[in-house]
Amino acid sequence: MRRVAVTGVGAVSALGTGVSAFWDRLVAGRSGVGRITHFDPTGFIAQAAAEVPAFDPAAHFDDAAQGILDRFSQFALVAADEAWRAAGLELSDAEHDRAGVAIGSSMGGVVTQDDRYQTLYGRGITRLHPFSIPRIMNNAATAHVSMRYGLRGPALSLATACAASAHAIGEAAEMIRAGRADVMVAGGAEAPIAPGVIRCWEAMRVLAPMPADDPARTCRPFSHDRLGMVLGEGAGIVVLESWERATARGAEILAELAGYGATADAGHITQPGEYAPARAIALALEQARLAPADIDYVNAHGTATRLNDATETAVIKRAFGAHASRLAISSTKALHGHAMGASAALELIATVLAIRHGIAPPTINYTEPDPECDLDYVPNTARPLRVRAAISNSFAFGGLNAVLAVRAV
Amino acid sequence: MPDPIEAQLVEMIAHKKKLDPATITPDSTFEQLGMDSLDAADLLFTIEDAFGILVPDEAAQSMRSVRQVTEGIRRLVAGRAGAT
Repeated sequence: MRRVAVTGVGAVSALGTGVSAFWDRLVAGRSGVGRITHFDPTGFIAQAAAEVPAFDPAAHFDDAAQGILDRFSQFALVAADEAWRAAGLELSDAEHDRAGVAIGSSMGGVVTQDDRYQTLYGRGITRLHPFSIPRIMNNAATAHVSMRYGLRGPALSLATACAASAHAIGEAAEMIRAGRADVMVAGGAEAPIAPGVIRCWEAMRVLAPMPADDPARTCRPFSHDRLGMVLGEGAGIVVLESWERATARGAEILAELAGYGATADAGHITQPGEYAPARAIALALEQARLAPADIDYVNAHGTATRLNDATETAVIKRAFGAHASRLAISSTKALHGHAMGASAALELIATVLAIRHGIAPPTINYTEPDPECDLDYVPNTARPLRVRAAISNSFAFGGLNAVLAVRAV
Repeated sequence: MPDPIEAQLVEMIAHKKKLDPATITPDSTFEQLGMDSLDAADLLFTIEDAFGILVPDEAAQSMRSVRQVTEGIRRLVAGRAGAT
């Protein structure tokens, strides 16, 4: 079985554009959550979101490209550019046939869709722009990334909700392991901050209300006073490469993508289970040939809903046994929001950087211990930590679970 | 004296495809102008807005050159005028 190297990472998130802004603010614990600016959220229950700050499409794309690219595809391309440049890849013509793309998105071009539906149902205008479908379709980000770099190998778009980019990265790694590709550009992209989307999420009663005096405190994972999640946007992209190829060209390997576990609860459409997520962790460790005690850091799914955080705590105990209490666990969602299909990729990048820098990023807004959440969540302040290996959990609605295991080089 | 519909159409194509209007003739085809099917759909959308017409799909199918589009627009504009 071939090994898989991570040789480039790129991030667009509420913490800014670029990996260095992302990491600096993760470590500083400076949240990207604020009052929604994409539209006027007055009258909404959920008025906070983690929006990408100061993202100017014109700085990245000409008029024609802006016309055809929804915001989620723009994020994907900007993050992919950063990851691609960082990896320093130069592919021969033949190698382009063995290089592919796998990008997850929960909702695809939903900002465009929301706008078109507003035009149609709200204003009664039946003529919609012909670029609507190319902008909305969930596979647009994958297609544009493949076109940008001429990647002619396997190209997939995954839609497993909040685990979409964990599945994308995991399945991309499997393609390399199986010898079907040598290079994969993988990750996730999401841009869901549109009125219709927020209203639908509000109806689930899982979005946290915004404290008027301090929007950055909206999302409080694992804290007893947590009130729910906050939606975010952005993209996380990694370049995965076969170990042989990366070492042969002398690439800087950021970490080994060592294991991937995917399971389904086969239980409930929204309520998380314990058995299948714990088994996804076990499968990721097994493929990585890591024992529970080899793991030093867990980037939790940690959505800050009552149910998720308590259940995830039970899942971690089930998977790690006595070692659970020795793990440094953090949810970075309080900082970059729940960017849905982009979340797992951003969190994998946080995990890789935790290994590289020897720092566990914090779970901010942690103020009250919860008896149901009684592990070490790295509360409020980043912690120096030697990380030999780590996992990143993603447990989506529908009970679709994906766990990625990463090992230090 | 250039046809005003044609002049407006040439200007639209030149703008969208970043071409010198002088290089666009009545006989230029979409293909020669480097316009793919998506470009054509985009152009038709702009034309509909600019001329206040709706171009039916079957009429759009036969519009492959600047001349054909110009004539199509003229027919549809005349039809609209006749209807009101």
